Amino acid sequence: MSERVDNEAVERSREQAAIHHQRVRFYQVGSHVVGNRLLDPEQRTVQARTDRSNAITSGHRACRGCGEALGARYVLDAAMRASDGKLIAANATGCLEVFSTPFPESSWQLPWIHSVFGNAPAVASGIAAAQRAKGREEVRVIGQGGDGGTVDIGFGCLSGMFERGDDVLYVCYDNEAYMNTGVQRSGATPPAARTANTKPIGTHPGNEFGQGKDMPRIAMAHRIPYVATATVSDPHDLERKVEAAMGIRGARYLHVFVPCPLGWGSASHDTIKLARLVKETGLFPVFEAVDGEVTAVSKIRRRVPVEEYLKLQRRYAHLFGENGHLEIVARLQAIADRNIDEYGLLEVDVAPNRPNSPETRQGEGS
Amino acid sequence: MSGRKPYAITLDVGSSLANHTGSWRDERAVYVDRMPPCNDACPAGENVQAWLYEAEEGGEGYERAWRKLVEENPFPATMGRVCYHPCEGACNRGQLDEAVGIHAVERFLGDEAIRRGWALERAAEPSGKRVLVVGAGPSGLSAAYHLTRLGHQVKIHEAGPLAGGMMRFGIPRYRLPRQVLEAEVQRILDLGVELVLDRKVENVAAEMREGGFDAAFLAVGAHIGRRAYVPAGEADRIVDAVSLLEGLEEGERPLLGRRVAIYGGGNTAMDVARTARRLGARDAVVVYRRTRDRMPAHDFEVEEAEEEGVMMRWLSTIKHFEDGRLLLERMELDEDGFPQPTGETDSLEADSLVLALGQEADLSLLEGVEGIEVEDGVVKVGSDMMTGHPGVFAGGDMVPAERTVTVGVGHGKLAARNIDGWLRGDPYEHLPRPELAGFETLNTWYYADAPREHQPQLEAARRTSGFEEVVGGLAPDNALFEARRCLSCGNCFSCDNCYGVCPDNAVIKLGAPGERYEIDYDYCKGCGICVEECPCGAIEMVPEEV
Repeated sequence: MSERVDNEAVERSREQAAIHHQRVRFYQVGSHVVGNRLLDPEQRTVQARTDRSNAITSGHRACRGCGEALGARYVLDAAMRASDGKLIAANATGCLEVFSTPFPESSWQLPWIHSVFGNAPAVASGIAAAQRAKGREEVRVIGQGGDGGTVDIGFGCLSGMFERGDDVLYVCYDNEAYMNTGVQRSGATPPAARTANTKPIGTHPGNEFGQGKDMPRIAMAHRIPYVATATVSDPHDLERKVEAAMGIRGARYLHVFVPCPLGWGSASHDTIKLARLVKETGLFPVFEAVDGEVTAVSKIRRRVPVEEYLKLQRRYAHLFGENGHLEIVARLQAIADRNIDEYGLLEVDVAPNRPNSPETRQGEGS
Repeated sequence: MSGRKPYAITLDVGSSLANHTGSWRDERAVYVDRMPPCNDACPAGENVQAWLYEAEEGGEGYERAWRKLVEENPFPATMGRVCYHPCEGACNRGQLDEAVGIHAVERFLGDEAIRRGWALERAAEPSGKRVLVVGAGPSGLSAAYHLTRLGHQVKIHEAGPLAGGMMRFGIPRYRLPRQVLEAEVQRILDLGVELVLDRKVENVAAEMREGGFDAAFLAVGAHIGRRAYVPAGEADRIVDAVSLLEGLEEGERPLLGRRVAIYGGGNTAMDVARTARRLGARDAVVVYRRTRDRMPAHDFEVEEAEEEGVMMRWLSTIKHFEDGRLLLERMELDEDGFPQPTGETDSLEADSLVLALGQEADLSLLEGVEGIEVEDGVVKVGSDMMTGHPGVFAGGDMVPAERTVTVGVGHGKLAARNIDGWLRGDPYEHLPRPELAGFETLNTWYYADAPREHQPQLEAARRTSGFEEVVGGLAPDNALFEARRCLSCGNCFSCDNCYGVCPDNAVIKLGAPGERYEIDYDYCKGCGICVEECPCGAIEMVPEEV
């Protein structure tokens, strides 16, 4: 009994984003930043507000520069705002759970429950059913987990939640391996990446090509009303998607790309940069899908070759240098190129929004 | 929580706030203010980034921007027109798309101030000291302005009949309309500066003694045209550029004829050539001994001159001028770029020849003054702008420096601060310059692509028929757009990025306008994301002391 709601909420949010973008272009300095003093408070991100929930607050034990801690705060703060603070989260086992709740401390600033590794979507479904039974449908539910808990271990429960159309927004924070247990490969680990069990040795070093699951596409195949991908490098886009998802009832899925300095062997200060580069290379398409169809994509702004992204991470170090594997780099580039074609990620050149041109003004003057 | 706990629970529930993750840190993020390249390059020491920051807000921000600007330079409307804007050459945005049109915004603010009648601020408290300023050019007026604001009483003695110096006698009105200059000069006089015109100072020491001045600032400029010996027939007319421009300003209508040759390759040569066209010359030909790329004139001056039909004879010197004909000798550049004669000659018909070979300063007022040192025709000054004679300071074109209006204005300011320190017995010390905000300190991802706004230009046909201003001002919308192209290099512009990107909520947003952010070192783990993602390079990582 999946609720096929009208998608006005998505449309409206996209229109607002377009207007916002147009206005912001005039505010050059604020176009891509979190806030900006020149903007109306309503046009800034939730993250720019001093009254944001800080759903996962200071003192958590995530590694220095953790992308997942950041992604979870972005998503939950936006969801808290959209639900007027009436939000419950069910959290799969994984880094996010471990670093936020070492007994007896908790970083969570919302009702939060830790499920086991594989059943967070089912627990979230149950919470939603309970709220409905109690007639408290204004209370919204989020299920969340890492890529392991989502694409591997919790996969069956998640598919069931989609199929039944339970009123849950499920969020996957994808850092492309099991980090908490020591960086083992997951179904979301990209080809050629080194993990504890995909060693950089032999003729096919690192993770195999041709394996792994494209979870957003799998979610879309369930024809649920809303699926979107996002990264921690663009809070405007991420928050808009959370808001759109919260404006819809039924099963919804958000897949957020969150770099992991520990597991990827990247500098802690490069977390957002990596999230930006993965989108700009085309390796991670950022898009939105309604009822199983892609309806919008975030265009690449400054296209870069995959090397620029790969070289910042030691998990790809075996591809470069004296005994490197440039043929593997070329295969990764081919994946990026295919994404660019498939999703139409390149921008057709659009003239920037600017006030009346000098020519017309001179005409007026003379 | 105490007393009975649920089954298998032994500890009280607590918040992770008890866990001070700041102890993990080996480097800390620290907010800094770096020196923006525009400020660094400005000869008048304007805080360009700071006034653009105010202008970005539009509306009332314009007046705040103007007030910030005139703290350093009282001539925004003039400067926005005549300055060769080294700030734009240094602007980091130039490496991204095009430099911010700083001069155009400055001019907009200056014009806005004149239109709205914004007045300069008066001094807080009179010091009781009197300072003589000799020369009412950019440097003298700038010094008078700053000295007055510092509380001193200033009297200017100007040898000429009008104030403005080279802004009036060296820069033609099609580049600087006189009502603009006059408005900005008047605003300084309105502060209580006394200006005496047609008053040439014969001996500065005597003048100070007789007038009871405690200090003097000399800025007499360089108004004597440098001559070159060109043998000429009796009927052949040779004039020097400075006299020509000065005469024009005083209402003369010089007779140059239909064909005018101009000898020299500087900005003055261009100004005279363009003026000659406006006075009705059919041919205005600039004769220069080297090549265009070696010309001291600025590119835009040469371009505008060419657009107006001025012609150039490169690699040529003038041997003599006889019966309306100039004999030119062809030159070639040697390995060091110096022109060498070739012996080949050429001729050029001309009704008159204007020499624009540079200017020299009239230093007669310093004759017999003890301690003054003159070298290469200019007065030596220390880094405090004081000459060898205690209490006598000098600046502008009469001291060794690049000769531009902006440099002169900068000298006036620097001298005023040093005179103030000298008068108070508390020597002025220049604040240490912060580290430069180079392009590599920026994260330019966050700035949208925004091409520069261009100022309208008068069409060529209307340029040569009169002295109407050639370059127009920006419309308000365009000025605002242009101001907002500033990257705010090295200085926080409250974009909230650091506040948003910290995975540990360890950045505190202070919130109130003008207030910035603070790092919460209880929780900052030292990841450095805020530093990496700060668009303008206003945060840096500093190692923790172990």
